[in-house]
Amino acid sequence: MANSLFEEKLNSNEFLVTTEIGPPKGADVSEMVHHIDLLKDNVDAINITDHQSSVMRFPSLGGCLLVKERGGEPILQVTCRDRNRLALQADLLLAYSRDICNVLCLTGDSIDVGDHKEAKPVFDADSVQLLRMIRTMESGKDMSGEDLKGALKFCIGASVHPEADFIEPQLIKFEKKVAAGAQFFQTQGIFDLASLRRFMQYASQFDVRILAGIIVLASARMARYMNDNVPGIIVSEAIIDELAGVEKGKGLEKGIEIAARLIKTIKEENLCHGVHIMAVGNERIVPEILEQAKLPSMPTKAQ
Amino acid sequence: MIVAEQKPLEEIRRMIIPYERVLILGCGTCMTVCDAGGEREVSFLHSALRVAQAKSGNETHTFSEYTLKRQCDPEFLDVLDDKIDDVDTVLSLGCGIGVQALAERFPALPVLPGVNTSFMGMAKELGVWDERCAACGDCRLEETAGICPITRCTKGILNGPCAGTKNGKCEANKDMDCAWVLIYKRLERLEQLEKMRRYYPMRNFRAIPRPKRITSKISVDVVDVGEDNG
Repeated sequence: MANSLFEEKLNSNEFLVTTEIGPPKGADVSEMVHHIDLLKDNVDAINITDHQSSVMRFPSLGGCLLVKERGGEPILQVTCRDRNRLALQADLLLAYSRDICNVLCLTGDSIDVGDHKEAKPVFDADSVQLLRMIRTMESGKDMSGEDLKGALKFCIGASVHPEADFIEPQLIKFEKKVAAGAQFFQTQGIFDLASLRRFMQYASQFDVRILAGIIVLASARMARYMNDNVPGIIVSEAIIDELAGVEKGKGLEKGIEIAARLIKTIKEENLCHGVHIMAVGNERIVPEILEQAKLPSMPTKAQ
Repeated sequence: MIVAEQKPLEEIRRMIIPYERVLILGCGTCMTVCDAGGEREVSFLHSALRVAQAKSGNETHTFSEYTLKRQCDPEFLDVLDDKIDDVDTVLSLGCGIGVQALAERFPALPVLPGVNTSFMGMAKELGVWDERCAACGDCRLEETAGICPITRCTKGILNGPCAGTKNGKCEANKDMDCAWVLIYKRLERLEQLEKMRRYYPMRNFRAIPRPKRITSKISVDVVDVGEDNG
């Protein structure tokens, strides 16, 4: 089968824009469908998160099916928190059978940060092992060495944390993900472009595409809350101060401005290969961010 | 050693309701060391149960106490033979193994667990114990500088830290060190960082099919304590 649309774009030199939608808690998907319709022609692909922050929701695979139905390009986020190797492989088979070929491989947040803290954490695999699992399946074998009926081909990615406060072990893990076959990376939230520049100086030696994670903050309070409670997020004091400086009710506006500014600079300075916008519940404002960042809506989608 | 915590008094009081004569049975090894079920804790629990009964005014339990050298080894249980005839239940302050050893040894005797067995670990400081071993059956400490990621990483990751580590701590518990930060630092110090760069495949859970049995490699004549010889 041909490469996914997203994979073709990864292989081009375009500046890529992806975003993500968190599925609802419940079976009413109307708002998610609305967001898919709003975003699908403005971005190159839409990630559907997999019980983000370990909060039980409508499944990522179900969300990706909706993205396909609505004519968008989905990226299936798969975490290892809730499924053992049988379930992971089975979900990947289902995804592929429905032409969902882009997969972001994540270990997954700890059960302890979510809303089902008494659940059994699975973690049969980690993100590196999941990447390799997919490459193994593409070779025609499952994880027990049995033949798989029908060929598979995925476009696989992973995450990396350029702003980690202790970067060296993160870089070792990054290299293991590259060696495991990751084609693209969507980074954890970037708030300080100096760290992205440093990271790209190092990462540019690898043949992978890096999309800088842009988290849209709605207030200084939200930023502080995320710093304390959301794994992998380190919002800089400069950004928090900037958010704290606006009058009440204008926080999101400022958050949009900051996100747009970061994206604009990343693109103008050609710092990396694209951006991944995480609007955390404010999916509707993604087009406005792109507008402010002066990124044209997807010309390639319209052809 | 095995580390446990004594169950709340109210839970213990609920468990013993059906039984009149209760033997509170301590264990002289791990449970003594972790302050959960040694001679001292048996004595404290005995007093606490008596006081609670006196306060309630409508219970008629009689309590006795004894502490074995070990509860988890059948040969140490023989001394109970002449003690259990006079009781209706044994409230064991041994670990989960001790409770089960008693249940196996005395088929007609109800045995109650007085502690929650928590983990295998070590004393970190006075009165503080930390988990160190998950008994995974496939020890990898050579690869990880003597620090176990299966036990000490909340996700048991084998290939390096997740992105949730901050200030050297774990995303699941900000008081706990990130195992992979510790492993990195120690491997660096030992000049063995190449061990962290290696890929480690998914674990083989058949290394620990539960329940597990280990048979001694030493001459069977020496170690055989089978039923016929008991």
